[in-house]
Amino acid sequence: MALFIFMKKILTLSLLVCSSLLFGQDYFPENGGLKQAETEYTALTNATIYVTPTQQLTNATILFKNGKVVNVGANVSIPKNTVVENVAGKYIYPSFIDMYTNFGVEKPKREGGGRRSPQYDASREGFYWNDHIMTEQRAMEQFKYSSKTAKGMREAGFGVVNTHVPDGIARGTSVIVALNDEDGDAQRIIEDDAAQLFSFSKSVKSRQSYPTSLMGAMALLRQFNNDAKWYANGNSQTKDRSIEIFNTNKNLPFIFDAGDKTNDLRADKIGDAFNKQYIIVGGGDEYETIAAIKATQAAYILPLNFPEAFDVSNAYLANYIALEDMREWNQAPSNPKVMSDNGISFALTTHKLDKPAAFLKMLDKAFTYGYDKTKALEALTTTPARLLGKSDLIGSLQNGRYANFLVTSGPLFEDGTVIHENWVQGRKNVINSRDIKDLRGDYTMTAAGKNYDLKISGDVDKLKAEVKMDTVSFPSKISYSDNWVSLSFTDKATDEMYRFTGIVPQEGVNFSGRLLLPNGNNSNFRAVQTSDFSEEKKADKDAKKAPVMMPLTYPNVGYGNVTQPQQQTMLFKNATVWTGENEGVLTETDVLIKNGKIAKIGKNLSGAGAVVIDATGKHLTAGVIDEHTHIATLAVNEAGHNSTAEVTIEDVVDPEDVNIYRNLAGGVTSAQILHGSANPIGGRSAIIKMKWGESADNMIYSNSPKFIKFALGENVKQSNWESRSRFPQTRMGVEQMYVNYFNRAVEYQAAKKKGTFRYDEEMEVIAEILNGERFISCHSYVQSEINMLMKVADRFNFKVNTFTHILEGYKVADKMKEHGVGASTFSDWWAYKYEVNDAIPYNAAIMAKQGITTAINSDDAEMSRRLNQEAGKTVKYGGMSEEEAWKMVTINPAKLLHIDNRVGSIKEGKDADLVLWTDNPLSVYAKAEKTIIEGKTYFDLQTDLAKRAAIKQERTQLINMMLNDKSGKGGKKRPPMKRDKIHFECETIN
Amino acid sequence: MKIIYNILTAFVFMAATTLVAQQTPGDKQSEVLIVNGGTYHLGNGSVIDNGHLVFEDGKIIEIGEGATRRMGKMIDATGKHIYPGFIAPAKSLGLIEVEAVRASDDEDELGEYIPNIRSIIAYNAESKVIESLRPNGVLLGQIAPQGGRISGSSTIVQFDAWNWEDAAIKTDDGIHLHWPSSFRRGRWWAGEPRGYSPNKKYGEQVSEIKNYFASSKAYTDTSVANEAYKAMQGLFNGDKKLYIYSDSEKEIIDAVTTAKESGVKSVVIIGGYEAHKITDFLIAQQVPVLIQHTHNLPKMADDDYDFPYKLPKLLSDAGVLVGLQNADASNFQTRNLPFYAGQVVGQGMDKETALQLITGNTAKILGIDDAYGTLEVGKSATFFISEGDALDMRTNVLTDAFIDGRAISLESHQTELWHRYAKKYGQE
Repeated sequence: MALFIFMKKILTLSLLVCSSLLFGQDYFPENGGLKQAETEYTALTNATIYVTPTQQLTNATILFKNGKVVNVGANVSIPKNTVVENVAGKYIYPSFIDMYTNFGVEKPKREGGGRRSPQYDASREGFYWNDHIMTEQRAMEQFKYSSKTAKGMREAGFGVVNTHVPDGIARGTSVIVALNDEDGDAQRIIEDDAAQLFSFSKSVKSRQSYPTSLMGAMALLRQFNNDAKWYANGNSQTKDRSIEIFNTNKNLPFIFDAGDKTNDLRADKIGDAFNKQYIIVGGGDEYETIAAIKATQAAYILPLNFPEAFDVSNAYLANYIALEDMREWNQAPSNPKVMSDNGISFALTTHKLDKPAAFLKMLDKAFTYGYDKTKALEALTTTPARLLGKSDLIGSLQNGRYANFLVTSGPLFEDGTVIHENWVQGRKNVINSRDIKDLRGDYTMTAAGKNYDLKISGDVDKLKAEVKMDTVSFPSKISYSDNWVSLSFTDKATDEMYRFTGIVPQEGVNFSGRLLLPNGNNSNFRAVQTSDFSEEKKADKDAKKAPVMMPLTYPNVGYGNVTQPQQQTMLFKNATVWTGENEGVLTETDVLIKNGKIAKIGKNLSGAGAVVIDATGKHLTAGVIDEHTHIATLAVNEAGHNSTAEVTIEDVVDPEDVNIYRNLAGGVTSAQILHGSANPIGGRSAIIKMKWGESADNMIYSNSPKFIKFALGENVKQSNWESRSRFPQTRMGVEQMYVNYFNRAVEYQAAKKKGTFRYDEEMEVIAEILNGERFISCHSYVQSEINMLMKVADRFNFKVNTFTHILEGYKVADKMKEHGVGASTFSDWWAYKYEVNDAIPYNAAIMAKQGITTAINSDDAEMSRRLNQEAGKTVKYGGMSEEEAWKMVTINPAKLLHIDNRVGSIKEGKDADLVLWTDNPLSVYAKAEKTIIEGKTYFDLQTDLAKRAAIKQERTQLINMMLNDKSGKGGKKRPPMKRDKIHFECETIN
Repeated sequence: MKIIYNILTAFVFMAATTLVAQQTPGDKQSEVLIVNGGTYHLGNGSVIDNGHLVFEDGKIIEIGEGATRRMGKMIDATGKHIYPGFIAPAKSLGLIEVEAVRASDDEDELGEYIPNIRSIIAYNAESKVIESLRPNGVLLGQIAPQGGRISGSSTIVQFDAWNWEDAAIKTDDGIHLHWPSSFRRGRWWAGEPRGYSPNKKYGEQVSEIKNYFASSKAYTDTSVANEAYKAMQGLFNGDKKLYIYSDSEKEIIDAVTTAKESGVKSVVIIGGYEAHKITDFLIAQQVPVLIQHTHNLPKMADDDYDFPYKLPKLLSDAGVLVGLQNADASNFQTRNLPFYAGQVVGQGMDKETALQLITGNTAKILGIDDAYGTLEVGKSATFFISEGDALDMRTNVLTDAFIDGRAISLESHQTELWHRYAKKYGQE
């Protein structure tokens, strides 16, 4: 047996070797037979030929030789030495190109070995300092042609693929391969180094820690690009092979696997910074934010992995599925149409599909959503060819291109059309024999003196049969190949089986042959068609009418806005107004807002055209500001290095986090999203307004003050982790790390002035601190470290802006006052780790009374929506006046964030960021009734009720649609799921 | 090396905690005390304006409107508010001091079915966390072991004691069972996809519980010692309650049905996120709910933003006996118990009904209502006086508190640091 397999392998191998002689390699010696060259042409005649998706020729001929098109047209002269195949009535199209695959490349596997302590340094030498940058990786060297995979791809219509190693942030180059089984790599490989590939995902082959986050991956790519420029100018004393190869290949197309609509924008932003337009591999959700996608001006590669319907038959479990996930099932198939309608150039890929066989089915689904078939053909032929810079070789059937084409029974993508052949580089691959006929229809079958009704249905290449005599039907089976029909049925009454085998003649569909009777005797039969399939086909088409699509919301999740809130002129009448200014709390006062600003505060105001809101008995305040939050972000810590000033939360703001909406419902209008506390020098902050429904960029403050997170204590010295290998491990080390970095930043600036320097984003940011252009918000607990950082700042001649958490601030309040630093603390948290043993809820009051600008923050998605109450606790703990207590969540954090000229109090000219409360805002009984940002109402109790009703209604509708859905294979549906949304805190390492 | 390090950590920790002494427990009540004036929130839904309360030998002997004729030492509460001591169920208070310091953690023993594990013997009556609850009115608690399927037996304690024997007011009152979930989070660290999906082992896990009940009930041959099964007997004879932690409607129905069919006399649900969907069932089965506290996020993305705020009201309005617990919160958060109740008032619940969520109702659910939970004649004088509304953080300012008639200190490690530094800066 083993010998047999061995023999077979040799045989296959020798076959390959033989056939590979046919093309090109005429200078190779030949010892296995007689050497001879191929000189014949091949022509397919009388076809409808699409030379390109938009150039159609009828009754045309395609002539090719040595794998390339020699001529195509209606009047092609055919040389004598031509093998001619008449394909009258058939259609010919350029075969498809999938420009994003790992065809023939094994996906690297993560090495096992459990949880070891993190690896901070690179594993390689002579390459870039980060293992995840693998520009030197060549798919060409790892690729191994797979006939089996090729067959599956060809059956789905593909003739050429671009393949790469799907691993790492910089993944090296891809190779373009024709799916030509017969000729070797010398013929089938079209381009050795076709494109450079990138992603945000680390290599699974290296355990090097950095980057641990999306924002870290972005910073790494930026720094790498900067380093490549610097290296190209001959500045490096040492050799870096990763950079050298990157620079060599810099003019190739860059393909970036972004994977979803927001990462698409992130990838594009990096490209823009270095004047390179990436081709972006999207996630299929681009339709949700199409304007922003279009604005990238990038070309895309789109997967078609439309989600299966959920199995919602169990009502308890269906409950767990979020509306956004149900909607995705309903809306995602519209993506190609929406992209196409918006004039965005894109190629389609089988990427993310389990099997290429699903590709045409998914494409068909996109068609039911209105996607144009010609556009689809472009996305599979001319567009990928152009994006790969290979239009002269692939993607069309013009002269000189590879003879890569499909022969189909009818117009491509139409129901009932089958692919007969997929020719690659002039090699014919039969998929469904061209001789196959559409046998579907009703027949009268005469056999052994009896008459049966036979109904043949199903797909042309996969038929179903139903046999009936009078009204009795018999379980039947049918198969059809190579012109032969095999049919069998069982007479249930007698449990006897009748077997028919017949041939279909060249003309017509009536077939006849031999019948094997249950008794073993033979007889004859004949089946005569009485009506064809056309009627039913039509009915089938009607069933495929456009699906009902749920409207998009902003953002496209539960509680999203159907329309964006509009700026209004509003007049609040008769409110108790907490100004947060010297005026204090004004009773029975009116406030007019106009053009997004607070226009007037006073008694008996009138505003022409203003929406008047009776605020009698209610309290009007400035919106709450959270100095320290981690909601609305996709990452918190870049924990791969002890300093990560190069990363910024602005890169990863998540505008779809429902906690933004919940914050609005708690009266919060602004917040600083801080980097976490995994390292002494953390990343930069994003300061946002809770503009629910807007893009991430629109949420971030314009001209935002610049902030960075620092951190002290147990987290940065990793006291509570199983990690003992990263400096610093003690508070003593933390001080020296700061000194070291600030010294280096001083030296960096000096070098920069001289003009010879390596641009270092991390140093740029730290230099900003030294220059007073960037403010520190420092996570801190015990008094020693607080004091230390102020001394370090004094030494380098800058001020620490804010100590956040600052739980022992009360112990050094006098020193803090002297330094001029502000404080942002918890109202009452303690006892969760050793360094908070002496945390007391009186901390805020003591610091405030000492003259320190003091705020109460959350660091928690739940608490942030009740910050008003947390401020109320300072009245209890330490006896703050109510006015001063309220400032701790409004004007004080505004001051700490340097946005107090815009927000934080009710003052004429400031942004109209207001909250109308049902009660004293410091009270546990108060509810936010309206939350307004720049004159737009982002939260309103009444609107909220309407949203709840809409969610309930839409969920019901979608669940019913899913119950009726039969699109999955054999009615297959996926089990209910709920996303694991991480609620970040300082210490979260994701 | 590691051992030395741990010992060192433990030593350093102990040294630090003993720097400041704990508050000394109050002396036994030696004379009749009379609280005069103020508003009395009885904890049973009623309120007495401008009333009085007399207590002797640790018991309330008189409560009513106006002044009393009795003689005794007067405490003037004019303009103030008087409440029964708040009760915190299902907490690991005193079993863990600092969450991140392993040496201080005694809350979760190894093993899945360990009903014989008893919280009370590890209870640290001198915990600094516990003394920090008292200035907010939280005077009683149920101390429950954590983790596993059956975590062990709880004990109800009062928060002013020299040692655990002093503290206990109902020893081994119940057994705590964590019901499996039919929808569970993927163990992504073990290679499963991130996110939640149906728990395929749910049925198996439920049978395991059923079998455990059946086996422990069948345990009659006491010649062979089985401490675990022995501990379970109280469930079948009504001495102990079964506290089942469960959130989803299907699981709650499964849990209650299983427990009742197994012969458990008294069942309490802890959690109950979806209990509002099955209120008829709960009422019919006479199962009360210790509902998750209100300062929580909605569990599902599409849930009402204020769902956790109003959940207790939904149950209460439907007629379910409901109390509040914060089992899933850090122990130090337990001092916010009154504000969890206050939050429901913002959702339209009457203040006195909200108060019942942390006093009278909880006492009934825990089975200590003969002595605690309400201000009634014959019950323990466990109550406090607040300057203002104790359910609102602005006005919850205690002036006096009593446990079993003993005047207790309202100072703590935290107030001492406050005074020390306020004095340093001349703020006092």
